[in-house]
Amino acid sequence: MIKLTGVSKVYPRTGYALRNVNLHVPKGSFVFLTGHSGAGKSTILRLIQMAELPTEGELRVSGTSSARLRRSDVPKLRRKMGMAFQDFRLLKDRTAEENVAFALEVTGARRSLIRQRAARLLGKVGLAARGQAFPEELSGGEKQRVAIARALANEPFILLADEPTGNLDERASRGILDLFREINANGMTVVMATHDLELVRRHPSYRVVELSAGEVVFDSAGTVREEAG
Amino acid sequence: MLQALRGALAAFRRTPVLVVISILAVSLSLFVFGLFALTAFNIRGALSEIEERVEIVAYLSDDATAEEAGRAEVEIRDHTQVLDVRYVSKTEALAIAGRELPEFREVFSGLDANPLPASYEIRLRPGYRTPEVVEAVTAQVIAYPFVEEADYGRDWVARLVSLQRIAAGATVIIGGAFAAVAGIIIATAVRIAVAARREEIEIMRLVGATDGFIRRPFLIEGWLTGLIGGLIAAFLTYLAHRFVSATLMEINWLPAEWLMLAVLAGSAYGLLTSAFAVRRHLRGL
Repeated sequence: MIKLTGVSKVYPRTGYALRNVNLHVPKGSFVFLTGHSGAGKSTILRLIQMAELPTEGELRVSGTSSARLRRSDVPKLRRKMGMAFQDFRLLKDRTAEENVAFALEVTGARRSLIRQRAARLLGKVGLAARGQAFPEELSGGEKQRVAIARALANEPFILLADEPTGNLDERASRGILDLFREINANGMTVVMATHDLELVRRHPSYRVVELSAGEVVFDSAGTVREEAG
Repeated sequence: MLQALRGALAAFRRTPVLVVISILAVSLSLFVFGLFALTAFNIRGALSEIEERVEIVAYLSDDATAEEAGRAEVEIRDHTQVLDVRYVSKTEALAIAGRELPEFREVFSGLDANPLPASYEIRLRPGYRTPEVVEAVTAQVIAYPFVEEADYGRDWVARLVSLQRIAAGATVIIGGAFAAVAGIIIATAVRIAVAARREEIEIMRLVGATDGFIRRPFLIEGWLTGLIGGLIAAFLTYLAHRFVSATLMEINWLPAEWLMLAVLAGSAYGLLTSAFAVRRHLRGL
């Protein structure tokens, strides 16, 4: 599914963002990526999206290797991934439904199908009645739900979420996490980066991978990295 | 393609202010260029009208026989530089003088003999109306023994030529500068329009849009901006032409081919600058 083997990422100005990361995310799992800001959580997500390539090591996502990536592979790969972000990344000048439809338009789907499907997806995230609302008319939690509906539009095999509850109050956060659990229960892999340890603690059955200064320092699945000394 | 066109139209609908401003910027900058083209075209027209008046007049002595004169006329006409030769007989010369100089009419009519010589009026082909050619042809004509005198406005031709050179140089330099300014304004307008939708481009990439899919609506938008801006500029230039013709002086309108070429160039340029502007946002994976 997703496999990072000896992955390092070095930025020319800031140095190592990731250092020799080995991580395997099997199909259907739910993984929390935790750590302080700057620990490398977002970098891992960006690598999985193939928005950037590792400086060293290899990354495999659904059979696509970072070592043999062609530019034209990237859009195809991204259609198989759903992404949600702390800042939602919705287009302000479009309604909730149009925002969801947007992800379908880029695949060249038929217009008659797009509307139908967008409405159904909004129903799935509990926003059936809010399709015609613009982002500014929605609460934070609702915006994130729209973003998740968009992420699910192309029936991805994995959902990547970068601090999706970072801008939400506790109730809304819980709602989003419930939604993720439901999505995961239906067989989709979920990788969620968060620094909200409270939230992680509330779900002890899920795997937790902790990063610090670009290195994996804890993995509840067993491969704990031994600290030097 | 249909999808891309729809995308471009959606952009017009979503950001009308931005679209109107960029079309306005494009049309005004092209309008300035249009005004310049109109001026340059009319100056060129006026100069070539003057240029057509460049001619050599060769006066024949009275003892030239008709046969000699006829043969010389044929020979002169054979020169590659010569457009045409008109023979003006003594009688005709008198008639013309009578017509054109009414104050001398009585003087001329009172004469027993006709004092005016016969002449050739030699006109040169376009491109040969330079001081050098005029002088060379004059020298050949004056070589005939029965040609008493050959005349052309030496200073006048030289001045005309230098005037034409200045006009041509100014057209290239000022026209080039105007075109460059218009080009920069258009490119900036397009870049702003593209940058305003940077977020949209990012999200498109995020959800798996191909580069081509992202690029196409922008190309169409750039092309349409150039096309519409060009047409508006052509219309404004036409209004300016009508206004000047009605109030100041009669001027010629630009040839249709020029206009078509300008509008086509404008839209092609719009497309090209869009392609460049989008490319900046498609860097990286």
